[in-house]
Amino acid sequence: MDLLEYQGKELFARHGLPVPEGSHAATVEEAVAASETLGYPVAIKAQVLIGGRGKAGGIKIAADRTEAHEHAGQIIGMDIIGPHGEGPFRVHELWVEIGSEIESEYYASVILDRSEKKLLVMLSRMGGMDVEAIAESDPEALVRQHVDPIEGLDISDARDIVARSGIPEKVADQVASILVKLVEVARKEDATLIEVNPLIVNANGEVILLDSKVTIDGNALYRHPELSELSDGVAEDPQEAMAKERGLTYVKLEGDIGVLGNGAGLCMSTLDVVAQAGGSPANFLDAGGGSQADAIVDALEVITSDEKVRAILFNIFGGITRCDEVAKGIIEATGRIGLTMPIVVRLDGTNSEEGLALLDAAGMTNLHHESTMLGAAKKVVELAAAETEKN
Amino acid sequence: MSIIIDDDTKLVISGLTGREGTFHGLRNRDYGTQVVAGVTPGKGGQDVEGIPVFDSIADSVVEANANTSMIFVPARFAAASINEAIESGVDTVIAITEGIPVMDMMPTYWKAREKGVRLIGPNCPGILSPGKANVGIIPAQFFEPGRIGVVSKSGTLTYQIGNELKQAGEGNSSIVGIGGDPIVGSDFIDILTLYENDPETDLIVMVGEIGGDAEERAADFISENISKPVVAYIAGFTAPPGKQMGHAGAIISGSSGTAQAKKEALEAKGVRVGKSPTEAAQIAVETLRAL
Repeated sequence: MDLLEYQGKELFARHGLPVPEGSHAATVEEAVAASETLGYPVAIKAQVLIGGRGKAGGIKIAADRTEAHEHAGQIIGMDIIGPHGEGPFRVHELWVEIGSEIESEYYASVILDRSEKKLLVMLSRMGGMDVEAIAESDPEALVRQHVDPIEGLDISDARDIVARSGIPEKVADQVASILVKLVEVARKEDATLIEVNPLIVNANGEVILLDSKVTIDGNALYRHPELSELSDGVAEDPQEAMAKERGLTYVKLEGDIGVLGNGAGLCMSTLDVVAQAGGSPANFLDAGGGSQADAIVDALEVITSDEKVRAILFNIFGGITRCDEVAKGIIEATGRIGLTMPIVVRLDGTNSEEGLALLDAAGMTNLHHESTMLGAAKKVVELAAAETEKN
Repeated sequence: MSIIIDDDTKLVISGLTGREGTFHGLRNRDYGTQVVAGVTPGKGGQDVEGIPVFDSIADSVVEANANTSMIFVPARFAAASINEAIESGVDTVIAITEGIPVMDMMPTYWKAREKGVRLIGPNCPGILSPGKANVGIIPAQFFEPGRIGVVSKSGTLTYQIGNELKQAGEGNSSIVGIGGDPIVGSDFIDILTLYENDPETDLIVMVGEIGGDAEERAADFISENISKPVVAYIAGFTAPPGKQMGHAGAIISGSSGTAQAKKEALEAKGVRVGKSPTEAAQIAVETLRAL
């Protein structure tokens, strides 16, 4: 789960890390009230889960009440497109914080390095900009240090990292202690990514975490009730919201062919073969292992609530999943939601014959059975194209 | 031969008394696996359909000569069970459990390495050595004994490819599901090495998917260390690029983790990559028959 900037900063503050004082606002009035309380200048910052907010106009400095009103009004409700074309992300929330005078900008992060199976600390004296570019053009400027997986990071390790980074001596102790705490946050709060860019030195020589990007391991949310209550603000798409509510693993895509598979690998592979057959998948939906008829009904309702969908492909290889259960779900859902669009079914594995017999007996005219994955992909692409012609 | 599990495997199952544990444990026994014990703290002395239950894995090693442990307990308690298994005296631990926090797995991974215990998973379907033993949830009916070793991150995709191989008349020495979690006990490289040294494996099929850089690392490893032919399949070409949260991920791996990047890395090292599971299986069969 990704945290919004202010949620990450609140998490930092709970661990004694220095962040600017600020306040959350969901309306222009709240933002103005917060600005008045904090005192000017304030930074008014869009809270969306995407980088490049500043360039997109999502972060503005207000010098007085009029500006606070004006900026908050512009930012709330705006759509922010990410640097790689992601989104748009609509701004529903703001974070208003005391403006900081910036003397220097650094970069700090703690990330789970999957290859090394350790946490990795990265620190650079060149922050505030595209750190990928620094890593490429000036790799010396980005210090990397793995953390002992049992012991964590101690202050002397941290001092060593800071010394290697070329960050000035007078703020070295502050930065080192921040690194130790960031690693502590990662370990105690199950954060697989913490990125602070920029980490600044202000006019008073204080080191402050001016931004936050934090990802919490979804598998560990059970032991962080305060984090699991946070809304991640992403399930805005109606199908994704519906799928989440029903506990389905669903990702909305752009196309017109609904796809349902069992197992993430097989489901991803199904999307690939549909694309290879010239089609465009409307979604990723992993019905999971051991899918019962009810789960299939839920899944079909989510898929067909997307108006773009013209045809549906079921690709099931039953291991734990029993194909007869899947067939029952298809028959029940078709009846319940009056489904008339073409459905292509490929059922293989456990109880596939029983499943196919059930489908045959149901006598559904919109149902097509294919015995191979590639044949099924080809068929559904044809049928979706024919449906599009009809409309 | 086969790798990791075979006729000599003596399996102890943590979580045998649970619903899923009982179901799959008995299926493993029905296949012919020697299931010598179950473990549930406080239930020592009971039995599940004749399989004795002990209070600890260590007890089952002493009393029932268990040498391989399977972990089938809920995610919250699974890392502790894996740690228990690592200390118990078994030489292999296969963790099926899905959803274990990665911060729990990190110290566990290093503990297993330090003790020289082979850890497979977590979040994996287990291992099947056709005709010999099945440990985990792989539906054995879709696989035949043969000379192709399979190693995969994904469960159902493995069944798909295994079934295509079977229909083409070929079988498997072993099928190893390594799991798709960020930290798993054994990587492609570990399993490729075992297949390289297994005289009954003539060809290796490697099934990867988007995320991480395990496939890219395997590509480098194959070109230097594996003499047997390797055929790969990668899932996720049309997966939408995930929302980027910062750039730290891309910097450390030096790879985007996309299916295309993985395919290119493998092909650059001479590994043939099938476009679909069907094509990967076809290439594997052709290559095997040309040996």
